[in-house]
This record gives sequence, structure tokens and C-alpha cells, in this order.
Amino acid sequence: MFEQSISTLAQKLRNKDISSVELTRLFLARIAKLDPQLNSYITVSEQRALEQAATADALIQNGKGTSLTGIPIAHKDLFCTEGTLTTCGSKMLNNFIPPYESTVTSRIQQAGAVMLGKTNMDEFAMGSSNENSFYGAVKNPWNLDMVPGGSSGGSAAAIAAGLAVAATGTDTGGSIRQPASFCGITGLKPTYGRVSRFGMIAYASSLDQGGPMAKSAEDCAHLMQAMAGFDEKDSTSADTPSEDYLANLNAPLTGLKIGLPKEYFGEGLDSQVADIIMAAVKEFEKLGATVKEISLPNLQLSIPSYYVIAPSEASSNLSRFDGVRFGHRCDDPKDLLDMYMRSRAEGFGTEVQKRIMVGTYALSEGYYDAYYLKAQKIRRLIKEDFVKALDEVDVIMGPVAPTTAFGLGSKTSDPVAMYLEDIYTLSVNLAGIPAMSVPAGFANGMPVGLQVMGNYFAEAKLLNVAHQYQQNTDWHLQTPTMAKGA
Amino acid sequence: MNWEVVIGLEIHTQLSTKSKLFSGAAVGFGAEPNTQTTLVDLGMPGALPVFNKEALRMAVMFGHAINAEIGMSSVFARKNYFYPDLPKGYQTSQMDHPIVGKGYLDVMLEDGTTSRVGITRAHLEEDAGKSLHEDFQGMTGIDLNRSSTPLLEIVSEPDIRSAKEAVAYVKMIHSIVTYLGICDGNMAEGSMRCDINLSLRPKGQKEYGTRTEIKNVNSFRFIEKAIYTEIERQADILEDGGRIIQETRLYDPEKNETRSMRSKEDANDYRYFPCPDLLPVVLTQEYVDGIKATLPELPSQKAARFQSEHGLSEYDANVLSSSRAMADFFETANTIVADAKLTANWVMGELSKLLNQEQLEIENAPVSAKAFGELLVRIKDNTINGKTAKDVLQAIWNGEGSADEIIEAKGLKQVTDTGAIEAMIQTILDANAAQVEQYRAADEDKQKKMIGFFVGQVMKASQGKANPGLVNPILTKMLKG
Repeated sequence: MFEQSISTLAQKLRNKDISSVELTRLFLARIAKLDPQLNSYITVSEQRALEQAATADALIQNGKGTSLTGIPIAHKDLFCTEGTLTTCGSKMLNNFIPPYESTVTSRIQQAGAVMLGKTNMDEFAMGSSNENSFYGAVKNPWNLDMVPGGSSGGSAAAIAAGLAVAATGTDTGGSIRQPASFCGITGLKPTYGRVSRFGMIAYASSLDQGGPMAKSAEDCAHLMQAMAGFDEKDSTSADTPSEDYLANLNAPLTGLKIGLPKEYFGEGLDSQVADIIMAAVKEFEKLGATVKEISLPNLQLSIPSYYVIAPSEASSNLSRFDGVRFGHRCDDPKDLLDMYMRSRAEGFGTEVQKRIMVGTYALSEGYYDAYYLKAQKIRRLIKEDFVKALDEVDVIMGPVAPTTAFGLGSKTSDPVAMYLEDIYTLSVNLAGIPAMSVPAGFANGMPVGLQVMGNYFAEAKLLNVAHQYQQNTDWHLQTPTMAKGA
Repeated sequence: MNWEVVIGLEIHTQLSTKSKLFSGAAVGFGAEPNTQTTLVDLGMPGALPVFNKEALRMAVMFGHAINAEIGMSSVFARKNYFYPDLPKGYQTSQMDHPIVGKGYLDVMLEDGTTSRVGITRAHLEEDAGKSLHEDFQGMTGIDLNRSSTPLLEIVSEPDIRSAKEAVAYVKMIHSIVTYLGICDGNMAEGSMRCDINLSLRPKGQKEYGTRTEIKNVNSFRFIEKAIYTEIERQADILEDGGRIIQETRLYDPEKNETRSMRSKEDANDYRYFPCPDLLPVVLTQEYVDGIKATLPELPSQKAARFQSEHGLSEYDANVLSSSRAMADFFETANTIVADAKLTANWVMGELSKLLNQEQLEIENAPVSAKAFGELLVRIKDNTINGKTAKDVLQAIWNGEGSADEIIEAKGLKQVTDTGAIEAMIQTILDANAAQVEQYRAADEDKQKKMIGFFVGQVMKASQGKANPGLVNPILTKMLKG
């Protein structure tokens, strides 16, 4: 049952093959049994889940609800959930129970989905391995010695292990796509502005974007139906109607023009990963697509640009965590400065502190032009590269990450190697375009994701492309051994 | 040495929007702490700002009123610093691309000359909350009601050369923002606060001296006094061969002195950068022109009209148009009186005197413009004389009724019956035979001085009701015998 798609489960719920309460209990039992190995949840909200499931059953009984009604899912722990602990993976928010609901979780709740709990993540979404969580690292269900990727590592691991049907994630520099790739699931980072950021605890506001993570593109489409759309509470939200993400999933790919950026296949890319990506591209050719080489010449600059812009914004966004109104406050502060310094030093982990310092430096008087302004100029160049490329092709394909999931602890001492993990994903956030990670094979027993990038607001197109691939492959249907044990 | 003072002003004007700059919370003064807040004003994680379009409209109006370039694409920026009543750890303001660019005002000085003060810019920003230090047993309480209240910060060029000019400029800004209805102008409640940048230089020198900034001065009188005090302080230092330290100072009105708050070395690096939660505010020409069309008549335009339409002097026209409430009062009263000079004199004279005594603004006067006009009509038609009218005004002020009711009830109607006046005069002359003799013996100059005595006696006898216009000629004639 835990391996079923949202469509199938929705049908079973309507056929009364199973009730939402039963389905929810089944997932809660799996979490209780398997999650001690994975650590993918920070909070399991059993009571809330069972109440929502009962409500969903009543709706279904009356023939109401949507395809998400009664479906147990999880939320990344940076979406504020009213009355439920929201930590952002940080000691700073170890006691934070929001008095309000984020737009994303609220819309999904209105669609009738059941929230099983809040998933683990890199602290304040800063990380590519989920090792930067105050609540401990998450393990990869495919190999418990490996990282699940980050920062939405908890969501990815929970889906891969069958501890949630689907989940929300957020992607600032690859945080949906890279863990999706590492855990063998499907993830979509929508166009910046397509999904409301209201109630999402900000890391880097101009890059953050929430999106769906699930086993398949079709399941992601079901989530997008609920999540996407204009929100007057988010000024950067796009004031254009969202599409019907399910309607065109079955459109044929004949004539689809695929661009392969040569910079995505250069030095640093694992050869097995490269082979898997090329095999996937061949599959698309069989489906009627044409392939051409393109160039995104400023790809290399995305890392320095990102690691100036994101920390700069973060240094400002995280200033509100000062011990005054909510979150961690140090014991017995001597004075105001002592309270600020100790509350923040105690509440924030190493990586967060590092990025706050980098960002503070980059915005400082005398350095602003050399760092922040220059990074913004590069950002424009990167965007122009994509706009130009997407004039010529419908979608761009390449790897999500240079390698498969790496070993826990193997890169924690080498931040630059860790940052290089994001080389193929960062530029998408800088440009603001949508992109997906689609399971495309295995190398040394670990999943490999194909990245599919598209034009602004082309989410429906990306989901169609991914869905057609998944109709002809079964990589997304693979289940890790540890998940089968329960 | 002969010093020249150089002053530039930053005026923080609280815009009178119903809700806050970036949230739907109500704006208001004096509510229970933290009751006028939303997630946004509290700086909650995940809360996002939404720009109040009403504040935008008001800022554009102001831009038009000072002949400024309107920022067709203005950008909100974050000013980062830690303070307990700054909930987000940054203030959302505008830096490189303000909503209002370069403009100017022509300021009329007391001596009747006009000087042009350049305005560098005016930008929108949110206010911070308040730290409360009493009642918390050594701790500090935070009230975020004021957090995110919209401010328009109006920055002048260093064009001002005296305390009087500074005050005239601030008064003019005050008058414009209240005319536009974009600020309630209540300085006591902090709706307008002024930062004064001031430096001295030897007269004739081109380069500016080192300046100090006096923060948060909130009345016209304090602005003037703070400037005098600071000029004196700086001049003393310079004349002793000292150097001015660039610093922020506070004006203490009780001691009438400024004192150091923080020096430049302690100044924050605010790390301004464009706020990524807000899009650039892009305006269309149509929007900007549309707002221009809604501008009310401004003080200078009104003063010009008062001269041309009502024949008032430049001085009277300027005084009456300095506040919209006073101008409206004048115009409403004058539609009843139809004698602009009489109305102007009484508004600027007796009414202003009463307002000053009671420390009231004209909009809170207990006498309406209509009631005031009706009173003046009775002067104009000789029902009462000016002296009586003052008493009637006081009675109206006290709530005793309309002018006619009071005149009737108190029997204040002027005596205009010449026969009655002649009889009254005869009684006076009979009772003061000695003075009449002296008068008749005196030469013309002396007589002119002496007649006042008889007029006084007549007015006294008539309880002020005799029409002075009739008393004088009759008295003169009867004294001749």
C-alpha cells in the first residue's frame, strides 16, 4: 500500500478499499518502525494526522474532496504549521510553535491531505547533505551510511522509504532536486513566484521556492494542483493563473527539442552518472524528441554568485532570531549585547553562523560593490544564458549532481567540495526557472536523477516530459530494501 | 569670527494611512501595547511584507507638491541593525531609488523675502516599535504597535542658513503635508520629527565645516532653540581653536543643550541592500499624472488667490493660508460676511488670541466658521460695535448660543437713534459742566485730545451700545454749543 501512487490511493479511498484513518495509521506505524534508522522526521503529528484523516473520510463519504483528500503526506519543517512545532532544523526554533499556517501547507490542508509530520532538514535549509540539522543527520534509505542530500533530505528519505506518500520541500540552490536525485524520487522546483513563500521560514528570499516531492511526476502534479498559484500575502508571488498540471501529462513528446549544455558534462561529472543521463536522453529520442548541444557559458560562475547572494540575504533574514520575541534565548543575559551574542551563538549551528558571517561581510560598506553587486551582475548573465538557450530548445537536460549520494561525514570537513555538489542546480535558482529531478538509473546501487529544466512557468511541460519518461521506465518505482521490511 | 551656519534637515513625516506600510494592522496612537500588530509587524518567521498602495499615493502627492521628480521605479532596501524594538533586525526603507527625487520649496521668511530650499529626496520607510523602560523591574518591555507605521523621510539640501529659515521651512512642510491630508501634523504625538544637520564655516568659505546631527526634535520651538544652542556650542569650540567631532547629538529641551549620543566611529554599518521580499515599485505616467490631478490647492497657491480674489495683503494672505484649517475657516466665514478684510482681521486678531489663550488649534475651536461669520455680519451691519463683538465672541466660545441669540438676550444692540444719543450726551454735558467749559476755551489741538473723555463717558452711559460712528459727530456739534 505504501508504494501506491496518489491516483491509485485516491481511487482506493473512494472505493472504500481503505479509509484515510487506516491509511494514516499504516504510515504512522511505518514511521514508528523505520524512522529510527533514518531520522527523517523531526515531529510526527499523530493526533493532527488522525483528526485530519477522520475529516477526510467524512468528506469522501459525502463524495467531496480532491485527489489529495485523505492522502498522508509530510511537510518540510520550515513551513510554519499552526500549533505544530516548526524548527527549521535549528536549536534556535526548538520551542517555536507558530500561531499561523503557511500558504502552502494551508492550501494542501484545504485540499484534504493528511499531515503526518514535519521532516528533517539542514538547519535553515543551508546544506547539501542534511548533516547540518540540530536534530541529527538523516540517512539515505538506499544505504544508511550515505547522506540523503539536502536540504530537503528528510522529505526525500521519507518518501523513498515509504514513510509518506509525498512531501513538500523547498529549493534555494538545489534543495529539492539534489535529495530527490540521491534518494531516487521525483522533485520539482517551480518557477520563482509560482508557489507562495508566505509562512516559509526564509533562507534566501530571492531564491527560495517551495515545491512538491513524490515518487512520480504525476504525484508531483497532484501536489502542484493544490500548492501553486498567486498569493496576495507574498509580494513576489506571480499574479498569473496557475495551470492544470494534470491535464497535459499524457501529451506526446514528438518534436520535443532537448538541449544538452556542454558545461554540464565536463570535468567533475562522475562517468557512471554521465552514462545514465545519456541513456535517459536516448529514451527521450525514442519518444520522438530531438537533441542538440547548447551552451550555458556562465555555469561556473553560479557557485561564487550564489554563495554571495544567498548568505547576504540570509544574514539579514536571520537577524530576527535575536532572542527577544521567540526562539532560543540564552540563560541569564548580562545585558542586551550579551543576550544577542549568546542567544545566536548557542541557537545557530556552525554552517548557519558561517553563512551569516559571509553575508554580513559581503554587504559591508566598502565590499558591497565588489561582492553583492558583482554577484547580481553575474546572476543576470546566468539568467540571460538560460533565456537564450530556451529560445532554441523546449527543455534542458543534464545531471542533478556530479555524483550519487556520498558517505555521511565524507565532505563535512571540506566545504568547497560540499558547495561543488550544487554546481548543476544553483544556476536554476539564480535564473528563477523551474526544474525537476527524475529518477533515471542507479550507479553502485545508488539512485541517479536526471535534471529537466524548462522555461518560466513551464511546470506543466516539465511534468509532462517527466511523466512520459516514467510511463516508459520504472526507475521511479524502485524501492529500497529497508523499506520493504515493514 | 563671522560664522555662517549651514543647515540641512531630515523630516520624518508619519503618513496618515489607515493601515501600516507593510501589513494590514491599524495605525493609531495610544492603543494597548502590541494590540495593533500582525505577524509582519512582529517579525515572525515566514511573514512577508505587502506594500500599502495608499502610502505610495501619498508619497507621490508630496512629490508633486514640492515640484519633484517622481521615482518611476523605486526600490525598497533593508537597513540592517539590531535593536529590541526593531523586530526583523532590519528596517525596510529606500536607499538608491527613492519614490521622490529632487525637488524644492520657496520659503517665505518673516522679513518678507523668499528663499529656495532644495529637497534632495523623500523616501518611504517603516517606523520601529518602542522600548518601554518603566514598569518592568529593570527589564525592558517592547511595544510593536508603531512597528511598520509608514513614514516619509524628507531630506533637504544643506541650503538653510538660519534657525528662522529652518523653522519657516519645517512649517511649510508641515503646512503642505496637512494640506495634502497625508499627515495629521501632530508633532506632540510624533507625527513629524526632525533631524538637524548643522555645521559652521567662516563667512565666504566654500567648503562645509564638520557637521553634527541633532536627532528627533519634535516642535517648531525646539527646532529653533536646538539650532541656536548648537550654533553657540560649535562657535565656542571653533573660536577656541578646537575641532567639531562628527557625531549624533540629542537636544534636551529642559536644559536647552545638545549632548553627544554617538560618534561616527560608533556608527552602524547598515549593510543596505534591496529588499528581496518586495518588488521594485514601477509606476506608469498615467498613475503619476492621475495623482497630480487630485492635488488640492496648496498654501502658496491659496495665498496668491487670497490676494487676487479677496484683495488681502500678502502678509494676511500668507498667515491665513499657512494652515488648511485656518484657510478653510476664513473662507467659510467670509462667504457669510462678504468682507474679506474684516473677516481676516477678526480671524487673525480676536479668534487667534482666544485660540492662543486656550492653546487650541483652529480645527478644535468651540466657535464654528458659520457662527463666527454670523457675528461679523452684526459688526458689518452696525448692530453691535467691535468692542461688544469681542464680548459676544467670548459668549459664543462659552457655548451661550449664536451671535443673534446673545445680542438679543443681553440687549447688546447698538443705539443708532440720534435722538436718544443726543439726550444721553446732553445728560453727560450737564453733569460735567466744568470740563465743557475747559473744552470750549481750548484750541483745536487740545480739543481733539479732550474729546476722548466725553466719548468715554457716553459709551459708559450707553453700556457700550452707542454707535461710535454717530456719537462722535453729534458730540462735537453739541460741545461747540
